[in-house]
Amino acid sequence: MRTLYERLKALFPLGELTEQRPDMGFVTVPAEHLRPLLTQLRDREGYTHLVLLTAVDWIEEGQFQLTYLLCNRGAARDLGVRVMIPRPAVGLATMEGIHDLWPTAATYQRELREMFGIDFPGSPRVDEEFILEGWIDIPPYRRDFDTRKFSEENFNHRPGRETRDPAQYMKQQLYPDGK
Amino acid sequence: MSYTPDRSQYPAMRPDGTLDIDLTSGKYLKLWQGPQHPGITGNMSVELTVCGDEVVEGKTHVGYLHRGFEKLMERRTFIQVFPIVCRVCVPEPDFNEYCYAAAVEELAGLQVPEQARWIRTLILEMGRVNSYMMYLGGQAGAFGLGVIGQWTTYARDLMLDRFEELTGARIYHMFILPGGVRDGLPDGFAQRMEETLAEIERTMKDVYEVMFCNAVFKTRAVGLGYIDPALLDQYGVTGPNARAAGVAKDVRKDHPYLAYPELDFEPVTGTESDVYARADVRRRDVLVSVDLIRQILAKMPKEGPVMAKLPNVLHWKIPRGETYIRGECSRGEYGYYLVTDGSGYPRRINVRGPSYTHAMALLERMIVNVNISDVAALMVSLHTYPPEIER
Repeated sequence: MRTLYERLKALFPLGELTEQRPDMGFVTVPAEHLRPLLTQLRDREGYTHLVLLTAVDWIEEGQFQLTYLLCNRGAARDLGVRVMIPRPAVGLATMEGIHDLWPTAATYQRELREMFGIDFPGSPRVDEEFILEGWIDIPPYRRDFDTRKFSEENFNHRPGRETRDPAQYMKQQLYPDGK
Repeated sequence: MSYTPDRSQYPAMRPDGTLDIDLTSGKYLKLWQGPQHPGITGNMSVELTVCGDEVVEGKTHVGYLHRGFEKLMERRTFIQVFPIVCRVCVPEPDFNEYCYAAAVEELAGLQVPEQARWIRTLILEMGRVNSYMMYLGGQAGAFGLGVIGQWTTYARDLMLDRFEELTGARIYHMFILPGGVRDGLPDGFAQRMEETLAEIERTMKDVYEVMFCNAVFKTRAVGLGYIDPALLDQYGVTGPNARAAGVAKDVRKDHPYLAYPELDFEPVTGTESDVYARADVRRRDVLVSVDLIRQILAKMPKEGPVMAKLPNVLHWKIPRGETYIRGECSRGEYGYYLVTDGSGYPRRINVRGPSYTHAMALLERMIVNVNISDVAALMVSLHTYPPEIER
């Protein structure tokens, strides 16, 4: 993993390598270098399998982390490429798509557009509803979306059910002596 | 179905790649297959545009079973996440438990006892047999062979009995939790499992003769739904769908985990990459799993702890980090991407289900030019479970 990192570091302005396991590492790259890096990994380094593309909302830092996880099956290695993009408090974040590199990425990008409010201009059907229908609230997988508040505002309370605080109940069951 | 070289009656393609379909022309018809339809795999639907009885465009629609699991997990402590992960995928829930538990163990630095490692492998193989049994019934049913589903449901039920005996539950087992498994094998389990395996082998022999040697099944399944091996990486195709195309993608071999390095098996592959080949790969994979279960029961340690000594589970705080854990489920690569931020809650959990790529981009590409009557069989042949698409 370190050898690959050194080769890539000579070509791209990469951040520090996080070696999570001997067969898996994570590295950060500026957004404008993402596509050349992914193309290099796919065409020259054997990382041909896009395992997943997802986002992490670091709301405190005002950033979204996009994670592109690639796999080199022959070498049994995984490299997670992280891209940090600005997270606007209102409106959409924007990132360049990779659906031309992996057609299946269009599905991931469509989901990220809906769930996190990250737009990928030009990605096929990116503006079509993916899972949610008629959604008008903020993108629900953002950290500032409050699921409890949403359900209290939109669904009727159903009386007659006994409810327990899960944390307290678990504490009583697992540690009855209070330790 | 024969291909017509004259495409003048079919819609032209716009520069952006979409089709120019004029529904008012009378040439085309919109058909919805699902969400309530015998020829659909679970809670999803396919919006078909047909010309005559040939599909010219298909769009997958999901969201009928969205429960927001990934969001729910962010609001629960690490141990509270454990009982809900299995619900992401109903027919084969154990991979969720394993992947989540292994991801937490890796980031928290927990060591799993040897006995638990083997029991986890056993459970995953038992779940694989169950999942294939559901698939075989569905695949045969899509061609009108109803009796196969009755046989495989019977065989699956026998395995559910073993699950109930081992875990106390038939569907959602909640058995593999961070640190190990909940219990060891009950007395006499190996003997009863052997009886179940023998009955499954007998059922599979019947299934082979009645389904795979059946003229109707062969006529309709051979040549249908071809996946070009060149598309596998482009569309994230894994598991039996890739293996039927001749590419031996199997996480158990490519990225060995649990006790698989100590087990003797070879990934089942095919060559024709059509519906028949995919069904045949899964049929033979059932027999591999049966053999693996026998190997596991023979090789696993007979005693020892099944759970690591854990600190108070209510006070877990895991340092900032991220990891990805994968396993080979019956549909392909199943994985959990876990991000932690040093608090008592996961920062982000992303579930990578193989159906996510198979039922969306791949299906939409494959469905074009297929006869309406073959859509259900094609879709089932990809072995998709919608809950893992929408989580």
